Amino acid sequence: MSTGNMNLTLQVWRQKNSKSAGKLVDYKLSEISPDMSFLEMFDVLNEQLITKGEEPVVFDHDCREGICGMCSMFINGQPHGPKDLVTTCQLHMRSFKDGDTIVVEPWRAKAFPVIKDLAVDRSAFDRIIASGGFVSVNTGNAQDANALPIPKLQADAAFEAAACIGCGACVATCKNASAMLFVSAKVSQLALLPQGQPERYRRVQSMVAQMDEEGFGNCTNTGACEAECPKGISLENIARMNRDYFTAKFASEEEV
Amino acid sequence: MSTLNSNIPAGELTQKWTKYKASMPLVNPSNKRSLEVIVVGSGLAGASAAATLAEMGYKVKCFCFQDSPRRAHSIAAQGGINAAKNYQNDGDSTYRLFYDTIKGGDYRAREANVHRLAEVSVNIIDQCVAQGVPLAREYGGLLDNRSFGGTQVQRTFYAAGQTGQQLLLGAYSALERQVGMGKVQMYTRHEMLDVVVIDGKARGIIARNLITGELERHFGHAVVLGTGGYGNVFYLSTNAMGSNVTAAWKVHKKGAFFANPCYTQIHPTCIPVSGDHQSKLTLMSESLRNDGRIWVPKKKDDNRKASDIPEDERDYYLERRYPAFGNLVPRDVASRAAKERCDAGYGVGSSKLAVYLDFKANTERYGRIEASKAGNHNPDKETCMRLGTAVIKEKYGNLFDMYAQITGENPYEMPMRIYPAVHYTMGGVWVDYDLMTTIPGLYCTGEANFSDHGANRLGASALMQGLADGYFVLPYTIGAYLSKELATKPIPTDHPAFVEAENNVKATIDKFLSINGTKSVDHFHKRLGHIMWEKCGMARNREGLTQAIKEIQDLRREFWADVKVPGSADEFNPELEKAHRVADFIELGELMCIDALNREESCGGHFREEHQTEEGEAKRDDENFAYVAAWEYKGVSEFELHKEELNYENIKVAQRNYK
Amino acid sequence: MSSLSKAFTSSIGRKYVMGLTGLFLITFLILHVSINALIFANDGGETFNIAANFMSHNIVVRILEIGLFAGIILHIIQAVMLTAQNNAARPEKYAYNKPQANSKWYSRSMGLLGTLILMFLVLHLYHFWWPTKVAVFSHEEHNTFHGIVAIFQELWVVVVYILGVISLGYHLLHGFQSSFQTMGWNHRKWTPVVRTIGIWFSIIVPIIFALMPISVYLGWIS
Repeated sequence: MSTGNMNLTLQVWRQKNSKSAGKLVDYKLSEISPDMSFLEMFDVLNEQLITKGEEPVVFDHDCREGICGMCSMFINGQPHGPKDLVTTCQLHMRSFKDGDTIVVEPWRAKAFPVIKDLAVDRSAFDRIIASGGFVSVNTGNAQDANALPIPKLQADAAFEAAACIGCGACVATCKNASAMLFVSAKVSQLALLPQGQPERYRRVQSMVAQMDEEGFGNCTNTGACEAECPKGISLENIARMNRDYFTAKFASEEEV
Repeated sequence: MSTLNSNIPAGELTQKWTKYKASMPLVNPSNKRSLEVIVVGSGLAGASAAATLAEMGYKVKCFCFQDSPRRAHSIAAQGGINAAKNYQNDGDSTYRLFYDTIKGGDYRAREANVHRLAEVSVNIIDQCVAQGVPLAREYGGLLDNRSFGGTQVQRTFYAAGQTGQQLLLGAYSALERQVGMGKVQMYTRHEMLDVVVIDGKARGIIARNLITGELERHFGHAVVLGTGGYGNVFYLSTNAMGSNVTAAWKVHKKGAFFANPCYTQIHPTCIPVSGDHQSKLTLMSESLRNDGRIWVPKKKDDNRKASDIPEDERDYYLERRYPAFGNLVPRDVASRAAKERCDAGYGVGSSKLAVYLDFKANTERYGRIEASKAGNHNPDKETCMRLGTAVIKEKYGNLFDMYAQITGENPYEMPMRIYPAVHYTMGGVWVDYDLMTTIPGLYCTGEANFSDHGANRLGASALMQGLADGYFVLPYTIGAYLSKELATKPIPTDHPAFVEAENNVKATIDKFLSINGTKSVDHFHKRLGHIMWEKCGMARNREGLTQAIKEIQDLRREFWADVKVPGSADEFNPELEKAHRVADFIELGELMCIDALNREESCGGHFREEHQTEEGEAKRDDENFAYVAAWEYKGVSEFELHKEELNYENIKVAQRNYK
Repeated sequence: MSSLSKAFTSSIGRKYVMGLTGLFLITFLILHVSINALIFANDGGETFNIAANFMSHNIVVRILEIGLFAGIILHIIQAVMLTAQNNAARPEKYAYNKPQANSKWYSRSMGLLGTLILMFLVLHLYHFWWPTKVAVFSHEEHNTFHGIVAIFQELWVVVVYILGVISLGYHLLHGFQSSFQTMGWNHRKWTPVVRTIGIWFSIIVPIIFALMPISVYLGWIS
């Protein structure tokens, strides 16, 4: 089924389930087309494995257009591979050379336990959002959308923070497995908008508390998360969250 | 053949929904706490419904097959969401949105539903903004709008090219808020594999925990499906890899009618297929047609580079054929026109299955405006292009990047190559005005139902419908049903109906694993997709459809004899998940062809070559086919047709004209 | 635990402590380097000794000194705790990692640099702080300048001091701007200014520190 001319060696992390130990296993692939996406290259591998009667490699993926945030491979030492601002599904084989060896591992963090092979459990992110990443407005409570003008600069900044796809690359690449970029993106989005003000200081405290509880590491400002984020989420968000948290803890009278 | 009752309230069109809400039975708050609702799917329709029902006080369980509700494929919608706000003061109104949607749907949608949709469209924007969804704004701080195909007003709200993402994350945050409060129990990485029907009513589901493989029984006083469309029946589509028809198909086999399955939307602006390895197609938002002009060379088999073809040798065929709407004709019209040009030998690119989408003229125009703003009233061409490119980048940057990433070409320098691809399915589970299927207590929302788009959906209407159903329609209509269920105590899941349903699911799983054939699930999926695209795609005819039905039946038999599903049932096994989905797609594919064969007319996304005007436009047959075709499952390859007549009391049915 | 105490023990709270103590130590460095620079008056240590005596005898300075040690200790304790938490956050390491693709080595090596600085600091305190304290408490006259000249005759001492201040330089290169980021003092207009100042600070301060042992060893100052 392949039509290209690239030959590759893959070293893929195989792990039966969350309880068993895993290891890197070598696979040879030939006739890979440079126009394939990285995941389509894995489709080829899996097709071969199934035909040979072996178990295919399990990996998370869904939309394959870079927006759902489900794909999650640590490729040659970088989350989503060597290209900036793309997810694994949007990484194409033209980013590699014929004869390359490619090491593929799952995201590694205590808070992201491996489920099988390259798939990890990122439900910690959902729990962080559930702890406060929202505006408490029940359906039917809203006023007219234009009743609240929002300066474009602020709306754009909120949008840029809201563009986070929750893939977890920030955690995967951080030397401390910290989730600060993810958490701060949501805190920032809502802190920048007037709709987010009533719960602003409560939100940042609850979300940080949940983040700590999940076992993520601490931010040491290396900036790796920003560099690897497929959506270019900025470190400014982390600073904004730090500032809000400080205000919340020392100036706000609300105990959270 | 029986006639279906759609339960449309009596009265004048504009008053139906208002009166319905005023007179529907209510459930008091303390009773809501003891009523349980299952919501399957966590996209715009599912997440908004689950969140809203929980806010109202019902006990909700929500299921999704992805690792988080935030991954649902609504997230990939790019362009925008329509609402009759008339913020642009260009003459928009509820009626006009209603009218455009009915007309865009080629007069095959239900008037009452569409009017309700237009009415609540304004509430959706308010709700989303209140949630903190960062929709695009003007410098004055007010919301911005853009125009979309099939309309002449600017009513589309958007957030760059990521509107679906932002709206979904809004619904997701509302849902997670309820999860945090313990009012919704969320089941991620769970797939619904059957519905449980007790005494004729939907009372629960069987779901498989995709990590452990365990089959679970869940009770609900009512069940809601918001499980999306079935475009992946074509294998290659703009849908996510996991998008599937399984939940909808299982309820169909349990008695819910499936309506208009042949109505599929082929989106005109997608990135063309590049090779056999391709696993999915990527959409380039319809909003690009605002600033991009579509053309092919006037000469057949012209192999020159786009930039080497002079202006007078280009055929801007949409502007030529449809001067009034030009590049903004509805999707079905644009797609067919592209296919017509390529079939006639004017296609471009190595495959010759592509047309150009060219931004040059508008880039230059924007550049001239920018230069003029800066005081330069006579800019040279280079300045215009430089300034204009910045404007284009601001508007569509992420789409251009995506195009460059996938094709390896720079769209700022050469026109994009585009070709139609399967994008959306207007057909789906039949529902009445209350969004209830033919199984009492079973509801269906969003793309999974058939209701609002007729034979063709207009751009920026899918997000509108998903959220309308979930936030503002279902939460009311389901109350009417639940108000009669107060006496029903939760049914223990050891009830024989649960046991039987689970055993059936288990038997299917065992069957998959025991076949141990020679070909992968994907192999069969690709073959099915090929049959569907060739014979039930953009153009259909009697001969092809008849062949397709036969080929699909053969494929089904081969699948059940020769598929290879590795691994076991009690582990994380994506191949097993795919086997379920493809088995259902094969059965659905057959029904789609049967439906397409039955509909002896052309309308919207359904184009029968036997039924076209002399100019090659779709020719409807309102006398014989102004009905919804709702199919009842009677057994393998056996479906019985039920008709729901469509009565147009407020709109004069006419041949669509975009000229 | 009350909300206020969590302000110091949560992940961000501990970072505040790191950032604030770091900034406090940076202000100390400014003072230290300014006094050091007085030896370049090259007047046989006269000016320098006046300042040194003031620093060792003034009561306010001596109270601040306690704060300084407290700051250093807090900085170290928090660093140890944060590092332990960070290591625990990734129990299984990557088989193949390429961190150089997305971050600077010194920003990932603050623990290592800090440890080197601490080792250097022990030697440094033994050389200069301890004799001064002994002199103060025994009410003896102490000529700090003579001490300096004596100590920096040994080449290995000079080399250790240079390595020490290089570690300090890299520590500051990350730490200076990082403390502003941690405190959330971030602004699209001002952050680039802070970063530039941080870079120059991290270069100039260590150079002035290094110049003292070098100048003494090479006999430029006597």
